[in-house]
Amino acid sequence: MEDQRKTEKIIEIENLFREFEDGTVAVDNVSFYVRKGEFITFLGPSGCGKTTTLRMIAGFDKPNGGRILLNGKDITDIPPNKRPINTVFQRYALFPHLNVFENIAFGLKLKKVKVTYEDKNKNTITKIEKLSKGEIAKKVEHALKMVDLEGFEKRSVSTLSGGQQQRVAIARAIVNEPKILLLDEPLGALDLKMRKDMQLELKKMHKKLGITFIYVTHDQEEALTMSDTIVVMKDGVIQQIGTPTDIYNEPKNSFVADFIGESNIFSGTIVGDKKVKFINHVFDCVDQFEKNEKVDVVVRPEDVVLLDEGKGQVDGKIVSSIFKGVHYEMVMMVGKTEIVIQDTVERKVGEKVSLDIKPDLIHIMEKEFSSNKYDGYITKKNTVCFGDGEFECDVTQLYPGSFVDEEGYLITAEGEKIDLTDVDVNVEVGLKDIEISDEQDVGGVSGNIVSMIYKGDHYQLIVRTDENEEDFVFDTEDTWNENDRVSVIIPKEKIKLSLKEEIKR
Amino acid sequence: MTEKFINEEKKTRKFSFAFSRKQLCIPYGLFLALFVVLPLLLIVFYAFTDKDGGFSLANFVRFFTSSTTITTVIISVLIGLATTLICIVIAYPVAYILARSNLNRGGTLLMLFIMPMWINFVLRAMAMKDLLTLIGVFGFNNYVNVIIGMVYDYLPFMILPIYTVLIKMDKSLIEASKDLGASSFKTFTKVTFPLSMSGIASGITMVFMPTMTCYVISDTFGNGLITIIGKLIDEQFTTFQNWNLGSAMAMVLLVIMLVSMWVTGGFKSDDVRGTNI
Repeated sequence: MEDQRKTEKIIEIENLFREFEDGTVAVDNVSFYVRKGEFITFLGPSGCGKTTTLRMIAGFDKPNGGRILLNGKDITDIPPNKRPINTVFQRYALFPHLNVFENIAFGLKLKKVKVTYEDKNKNTITKIEKLSKGEIAKKVEHALKMVDLEGFEKRSVSTLSGGQQQRVAIARAIVNEPKILLLDEPLGALDLKMRKDMQLELKKMHKKLGITFIYVTHDQEEALTMSDTIVVMKDGVIQQIGTPTDIYNEPKNSFVADFIGESNIFSGTIVGDKKVKFINHVFDCVDQFEKNEKVDVVVRPEDVVLLDEGKGQVDGKIVSSIFKGVHYEMVMMVGKTEIVIQDTVERKVGEKVSLDIKPDLIHIMEKEFSSNKYDGYITKKNTVCFGDGEFECDVTQLYPGSFVDEEGYLITAEGEKIDLTDVDVNVEVGLKDIEISDEQDVGGVSGNIVSMIYKGDHYQLIVRTDENEEDFVFDTEDTWNENDRVSVIIPKEKIKLSLKEEIKR
Repeated sequence: MTEKFINEEKKTRKFSFAFSRKQLCIPYGLFLALFVVLPLLLIVFYAFTDKDGGFSLANFVRFFTSSTTITTVIISVLIGLATTLICIVIAYPVAYILARSNLNRGGTLLMLFIMPMWINFVLRAMAMKDLLTLIGVFGFNNYVNVIIGMVYDYLPFMILPIYTVLIKMDKSLIEASKDLGASSFKTFTKVTFPLSMSGIASGITMVFMPTMTCYVISDTFGNGLITIIGKLIDEQFTTFQNWNLGSAMAMVLLVIMLVSMWVTGGFKSDDVRGTNI
């Protein structure tokens, strides 16, 4: 029975679009639906459009495009006072000139209900009447009981604590028996302990009332605790919709993985059937992806098992360890990569350890691959080494207005002399900026073509080097063959450099 | 070790703070004593003495038995009330529009309403009188003329406090009201208006009280035929040289003002402070 009720859609949002007067797009073509009786949460960082979406459902904000359907009826142009929706505001928005009773009764006093009764001649008469004083008092009393504030009727709202004001705000909304209750970060102003208590209470209230809750928060823990469904938003776009477990265990992209819970996110490459390579090791995994595809790999800190050196899959060294109450949060270095690990057994800083990750705990996500990124360093000759090769580059881009003098030093716009030898840099090369050649010595490095995928009007090629198996991904219109031995050429001006850290002068 | 250091730091900070604050208070204390308390005491002294300096209630007896003074007080209060009422009726919509619409971006429009306050008001009154005569609204009744003058002069003092309250009002309260089912009109009568009462109260104290004494306007606009209590007091001090009666009148005026403050003070809620300008 409950399941049947839950499949009924109460709110449908179709291509909702909101652009503010200053040109910022707050909500960009958002579509989703809310089932009846569901506890749904919009989660995202501030400015992601979650509150704007809520305000449009409430009717305070008008969308520039799209529709909002309530039980299949278009309510986009209906003013807020005519919608069967009530809101609990972020800062409560209690009326300071009214006491607790009057605040809660505000909506009831305005309400008109259809009353049907029989007159003497047995004719049924339908009248639209206001609620009687007795009815209002009864409803208010009931609402106050729901939020545990019996006997507070005559109190002025300014004498209430934050938590009590919050309860009054909730009572004021639920007393009207709305079809949908909107909650805009209602617990944001409370302290941690109070917030945890209120989370559970709200959850209980949701079960008891059976109305649909639409909740907005930036607190991922709150969202995971309370919701049936979570909508993760970023920059006005929905990133993922799913149950808390889905979102935690199967994040769709690195943003969701990073935002929900703590996670290690690595760049990886699929090297075989259910085999992924990251932190220089090939791990078994359970997700099926195309070979040679670039992926993001997510591993939760609690899913990494630490073993003694040599006994696990990858060796490394503990560089920090912090006691967090239930567990220790440790950081392990594998080469130049940091891995955060949570474990109840402490490993001392400096200890050499080995990590082990079970295949089903490695979550692989598609990566939007837009450019090649490498770690590199500058050589004495002002060239840059990365991807197993050495390339000519323009080092003056690191400092605007600088130039290289005859001795090979960089002179900045302020006239400072900088020696760039062995400076670590991030290297970025676009997909359209790489060329290859059959002649082995013309480029910076040689490798084999390991993949060639036809993308409609061009091929996407991957050239892999021999030594460290570094990949160069690029688009080309020419046809090549897999396993061809080629040399990688990158024009000097196409190599984008940025400093890893500020150089000490 | 650190704790001790912090304690010491606290001590020195507290000491220097208390020291400087006390010192800073002295000029204000002196100012208050010299220009507020002393003049008030002088008024009380003169009001309760006769010409020879002996204690006497004769000034008050004379005030309350003379029909001229009583009529003047009544006329002053009535003019004050009428001016205040008209000011509220005109100022509220103006303040509301200024606070709510986009017309007042950057405060330019508000400035236009407030700017007359910066021009010498005697000059302004005379100019207004000539202007009104020119367009022919002027002259059919002296009382009406005086009230027009008063309203013209004191309108900004009503607009500003109401505007301040409205602009500071939490917009989410209006949204909450609509959310709970109130139409725009109901929202105004049940939320916006009650919450702006403190602004109106401030406006009343700033308009009602001065209008009873501002005889420059009653002289200019009333063609010298309308006397208000301010004029009466002035005459006692300058023309008749009767400081005792003048002081007694000033005291009666003070009581009227205190009563009106007490009446309007009832509307002021604690949460909308600082609306007096």
